[in-house]
Amino acid sequence: MAKKEKTESAQELAKLGVVIVGHVDHGKSTLIGRLLYDTGSFMEGKYEELKEVCERRNVPFEWSFLLDAFQAERDQAVTIDTTQIWFKTKARSCVIIDAPGHREFLKNMVSGAAFADAAILVVDAKEGVREQTKRHAYLLHLLGLKQVIVVMNKMDLVSYSEERFNEVSAETEAYLGEIGLTPLHVIPVSARSGENIAAPSENMPWYMGGILLDVLDTLSPIPPATERPLRLPVQDVYRFDETRIIAGRIESGVVKAGDTLVFSPSNRQATVVSIEKWNSPGKIAAAGAGESIGLTLDQPIYVARGDVASHEKQAPMLTNIFRANIFWLGKKPLKAGLNYKIKLATHEATVTVQSIDRVINTDDLSRAERDSVQTNEMAEVTFRSRELLALDPYLENVKLGRCVVIENYDIVGGGIISMEGLPDLRQTMYAKQDNIYAVDHLLTGDARAARNGHTGAVVWLTGLSGAGKSTLAMRIENVLFNRGMQTYVLDGDNVRTGLCADLGFTPEARMENIRRVGEVAALMSNAGLITLTAFISPFQADRRKARDAAGTRFYEIYVKADLETCEKRDPKGLYKKARAGKIPEFTGISSPYEPPENPDLEVDTATHGVDACVEMVVNFILDRVRADANPANATQQIPPAKAKA
Amino acid sequence: MQDYLDELESQSIYTLREAYNRIKPLGMLWSIGKDSTALLWLIRKAFFGHVPFPMIQLDTGMELPEVYEFRDWIIKEWGFDFICEQCPPEEEMDQTLPPNTRAAARKTEGLKNLIGREGFKGMIVGIRRDEQSMRAKERVFSPRSFDGTWDYKDQPAEFWDQYKTEFPEGTHVRIHPILHWREIDIWRYTLRENIPIVPLYLARDGKRYRSLGEKNITVPVESNASTIEEIIAELETTKQSERAGRTMDSETEDSFERLRRSGYM
Repeated sequence: MAKKEKTESAQELAKLGVVIVGHVDHGKSTLIGRLLYDTGSFMEGKYEELKEVCERRNVPFEWSFLLDAFQAERDQAVTIDTTQIWFKTKARSCVIIDAPGHREFLKNMVSGAAFADAAILVVDAKEGVREQTKRHAYLLHLLGLKQVIVVMNKMDLVSYSEERFNEVSAETEAYLGEIGLTPLHVIPVSARSGENIAAPSENMPWYMGGILLDVLDTLSPIPPATERPLRLPVQDVYRFDETRIIAGRIESGVVKAGDTLVFSPSNRQATVVSIEKWNSPGKIAAAGAGESIGLTLDQPIYVARGDVASHEKQAPMLTNIFRANIFWLGKKPLKAGLNYKIKLATHEATVTVQSIDRVINTDDLSRAERDSVQTNEMAEVTFRSRELLALDPYLENVKLGRCVVIENYDIVGGGIISMEGLPDLRQTMYAKQDNIYAVDHLLTGDARAARNGHTGAVVWLTGLSGAGKSTLAMRIENVLFNRGMQTYVLDGDNVRTGLCADLGFTPEARMENIRRVGEVAALMSNAGLITLTAFISPFQADRRKARDAAGTRFYEIYVKADLETCEKRDPKGLYKKARAGKIPEFTGISSPYEPPENPDLEVDTATHGVDACVEMVVNFILDRVRADANPANATQQIPPAKAKA
Repeated sequence: MQDYLDELESQSIYTLREAYNRIKPLGMLWSIGKDSTALLWLIRKAFFGHVPFPMIQLDTGMELPEVYEFRDWIIKEWGFDFICEQCPPEEEMDQTLPPNTRAAARKTEGLKNLIGREGFKGMIVGIRRDEQSMRAKERVFSPRSFDGTWDYKDQPAEFWDQYKTEFPEGTHVRIHPILHWREIDIWRYTLRENIPIVPLYLARDGKRYRSLGEKNITVPVESNASTIEEIIAELETTKQSERAGRTMDSETEDSFERLRRSGYM
């Protein structure tokens, strides 16, 4: 094989992808036709062919026939699917992505726009901002497109009026501003007569800005995220011969031979022996974002498709709950409680829609609380998965911070991920020491139970702040104590000052707080005490961990009261502070609460009085802790120590 | 730092690895032309020198002799599984199609026979968006019903490199790993990587084949480009469409659409 030579032409700049979006009939296709015509990008005979087609069909000349390749599109003069077409500016090659403006084809609009580096939002100067103008703009925002140019088309129909231009500009910019987009330019044009596109318009001397073609050359392709922490989602593991190769594309960062990598979520580690590319001259020392590579490792650790390789210090978050800002393309509505498959980079997982937090009306940006999201709507949704997912918040890493939702065989939605108010499970998952060995007690639980007349237990009260957990716990403790039972309440006051004095109130610290309470409660239960805990403990995963720590005799009691009731009670004035924005991530207000799916007992303090609730819980406890306490075991023979040989 | 050819290559490798992981059994239509031979090269890149699924030629017996010669040489040189599928005769085609379109439709039928017999779930095809306006609307993973038809009015959503990779029984998927390449990119890459080509692409006596089809329905175009460098220089300025030498494209306004809808590549 001859030595590779970089040809001069291969130094061509990377292409710029520009998507043209906007309301139906605002002139997207005409604009594209004009751009191509004015830059001499038509193939020989194409213009004549189009004219001929129009004559044959007896319709006025339509630029859109250039792009609308399907007979059905030409028949109905409507763009059904997205298309891509190349042209050249002075500086570079561009791919123009035509996106259908019709609401029905939003799926196709997204499929086109997601490939773009920049967007041109076409607004009809006469009609102004319309429904799809807004919906498309909102989608650009969700797709992460920052380079947006507004083209105000059909200026000829408003007599090239500067006043009208300013009016519609203000309307457009106001909307874009609200969703966090700032257009780089607003250009008044007439696509039909080619004004301010490739040549300045004589009819709009008041316009001082650049023409569209020049403005396009100020944009640049989105660069690969080489500066971000390494993310290499595993695509496949090959064993074509004795060598095992981990294959994937680097989505961000840089990997070097000799680096130690951690694979999430398994947290297994190995060192990179070599970076592999076929037919590559010499050894590869490093590879960066955008490169499809192979890796060989020093350890035969288990690695599978979907794992994410990173450096240990800057690993992705691990979680089984996340929020997503989604656009929904499914024909059936998305509903709370339903299961879907998601794809997150190369990983697939089953998730449940835990809650639909808001449905966003793109028309006026109002938010509504609803239990379903209809076709073509945008919403904020909380998803929960059974397994741990390795991901990043979208703002920190685009490629690991977004997912698509699958129903049956189809992609029915996409979403960008937020982890605001949610903890990273990595820190506590793997902090465990390896060198601890269990030492068997000589005393058994039965012996303790026999002496106390009851077994130990963990009675875990969970519920919103103000639901009455502490009130109930203290009363229950009192009742049990007066019956001669061994009991103790763990609550924020006696835990936060000592055991957890080092913890703050970040999501991670809160999770650690609950973990410690769970472990301590388990020890106290083993020691024979009926241990009551009174913590909001909003996350199912945390409560599951507490249950795992306790092993047996863990009872989850859902102290239920609706948010309104709790807020009315507000015994510590916390809701008031939270509403005033003084407490960030307050459960129920700005941070989610996940009610137990199958609590061992549910008591509703909004509809029942304190005494009734106390009685319910006490009876529940008595039924469980007495059952197997046998007085015959009240003393126990200590088995003789084994004689050493 | 990657240059733009590296980026194109990396994206194609990503697509190929997705296809190989998600879709089984997989095959690739190798027309022996410049595009699908560059694609075959990309497959060797993606799978570290291996070609882990068969290359398939839909043979009408009408290719130019140089094409067959080149085919046999590459198979010997590179070594991979090869299936030569004989296409049914023209008399069995839909007689309402214009004559040259009818000749092209033989490949569609050959492909249907092959898929029906061998049960392929995925077929890799080396088409590009810039070739033709129907192909410009294609997806990277493009489902086909059992009889090969393309429901172009309701294509799956495809974004963020997430593809439709699951299908009900009876459907198969076309995978298009070089959809985003242009003709000039293929030539620049062929030059850079030193990928062998059928010599018919290079001009002799003022003519060369820009696009290789069967000898009965393809004609050479006027050109003096006798090296790949000269082809690239020619493409930088040409206004001729790549498929100008493919007679079936322009027989009627919708002849190519009818072909594609019913399963043509």
